[in-house]
Amino acid sequence: MNAPLIIFFVLAAMCVTGAISLILQRHPIHSALSLIVVMVALAGLYLLMGAEFVAAVQIIVYGGAIMVLFIFVIMLLNAGVEERTNLSKLAGFAGIPLGVALMGFLAAAVARSQDMVQVATQTGATAPTKALANLLFQDFVYPFELTSFLILVAILGAIVLAQRENA
Amino acid sequence: MSDFLAQHAEILITLVKILVLLFVVLTVNAYLTWFERKLIAHIQSRWGPHRVGPHGLLQPLADGAKFLLKEDPTPAGVDKFVYYLAPLLALALALTSIAVIPFGPDPLHFKGHDIYLGIVDLNIGILALFAITALGVYGLALAGWSSNNKYSLFGGLRSSAQMISYELALTMSVVGVLLMAGKFSLRDIIDAQASSHGLFGWSGIFHWNIFAGPFPQILGFLCFFIAAIAETNRAPFDLPEAEQELVGGFHTEYASFKFAMFFIAEYTSMITVSCLCSILFFGGWLSPFPASWTFTTYLPSVLLIPFGLWVIWDGLHYETIFGRLVLPAVGAVIAVVGAVFIAVPAVNEFIQGPFWLLSKIFIFLFVYVWMRGTLPRFRYDQLMSFGWKLLLPASLANVVITAAALLWRGN
Repeated sequence: MNAPLIIFFVLAAMCVTGAISLILQRHPIHSALSLIVVMVALAGLYLLMGAEFVAAVQIIVYGGAIMVLFIFVIMLLNAGVEERTNLSKLAGFAGIPLGVALMGFLAAAVARSQDMVQVATQTGATAPTKALANLLFQDFVYPFELTSFLILVAILGAIVLAQRENA
Repeated sequence: MSDFLAQHAEILITLVKILVLLFVVLTVNAYLTWFERKLIAHIQSRWGPHRVGPHGLLQPLADGAKFLLKEDPTPAGVDKFVYYLAPLLALALALTSIAVIPFGPDPLHFKGHDIYLGIVDLNIGILALFAITALGVYGLALAGWSSNNKYSLFGGLRSSAQMISYELALTMSVVGVLLMAGKFSLRDIIDAQASSHGLFGWSGIFHWNIFAGPFPQILGFLCFFIAAIAETNRAPFDLPEAEQELVGGFHTEYASFKFAMFFIAEYTSMITVSCLCSILFFGGWLSPFPASWTFTTYLPSVLLIPFGLWVIWDGLHYETIFGRLVLPAVGAVIAVVGAVFIAVPAVNEFIQGPFWLLSKIFIFLFVYVWMRGTLPRFRYDQLMSFGWKLLLPASLANVVITAAALLWRGN
């Protein structure tokens, strides 16, 4: 076992544990903390694949900004411990089989491509930030700008909705 | 044993560097509290700490002992896991962020290894730093939430709102510098300043980002420094721990060493911000004088030798035996170090970079304390409108103007 492979499995285990804990925790803050663990572990996985820029942005945007907002809202609403209900019938009959099926498909896909783990742990072949910038701002500049426009519209919508009660 | 050392030399060197840096940062932290108390006292016409040791120089040690020996109660009804996690998180992230700072241009040569001053030099240096500071808010927010105390909760809420608001301006204000350097690595940013077009073609200080380039980054620097002060929760942006309204804010329910951990985290972030200001805008380890002024290389000695002699003289006037013995000894060491710099040109050359960087860091730490001694705290709504309505547009304008200027110059 080489070092990148060990790091990969550690980070993967962190991701899965965090995700399971996110669902099982009964307090919203604990769930949010688990989500942060997932985000940071994902950033580690990107770093392992040589995508430094994506890793940093993953932590800055998801781990930092968005999750701070989550925690801020949970704290502001002072959300308490959730009550646990029995599984709804739909979740029991449709959710569990569908979840198992999805996992099966994914596992099959992973098993079919043998070099998946090698790709995931490939170091050295870094995707430089410059190449990423060229892709974003030259090859895909119109989709990129369209996405920005979409986000702008969403921000305007949020402001309109927030202002409505004051008027 | 020697095989083991040879095989893992890089890892061992890095470990030693981490230990040395940790020791230095924690010591500087301790004396930063002394410096802050002394300086604020003098701003307010007081003496500050002066009972423990000569000039109160042993006060940090006394404080440290007190932090360790005090009772450490855990309040009832706290969320235990988060309550213990929060100070650890704050401290660990603050200390990690200093790892990407380079402290000098030239490596030390030791048995065939080049040992650079600084733990790692990442391609994404500045982004990594922002990533770590982005996570730093959790320490404060979670401490406030988990303490089971209304004042703490308000402190935590304020800190997270403040962080979200000022992080945008902080990140945006650096973009101008990044555009001019074209790199994310802090070392490359300094090197880019060394080879930049100086203002009006002048050399020395006019190569620094704050003056140089198609558009001097003064606006960017002001936005960065203000946002950074807000990010580190220092006065006048220290609303999360506003004593008058919130008792102690997020750390109200923390005592003993857990409280000290928040304090160390805060001071370490101050050091990191000062490093960043010097590196991004003030040329890092570049000297403010033109390279042709070779006599300025003796400046460290010219400062150190008189300072050492003054410490000796001051110590001999001291009334306690301890002061009379220790101060002259320390002064003698300082003076001898200054003399060594003159005597050995290679050493003098090597310390030029670190000397200038440390001087700039010291000036920024001074400004930090100076501001705390001078400016009153913002009101919460002022804080928010200032951040969103002034700082963010200003930093965005800086990005647009810098990009346009670079394009116009045809870079």
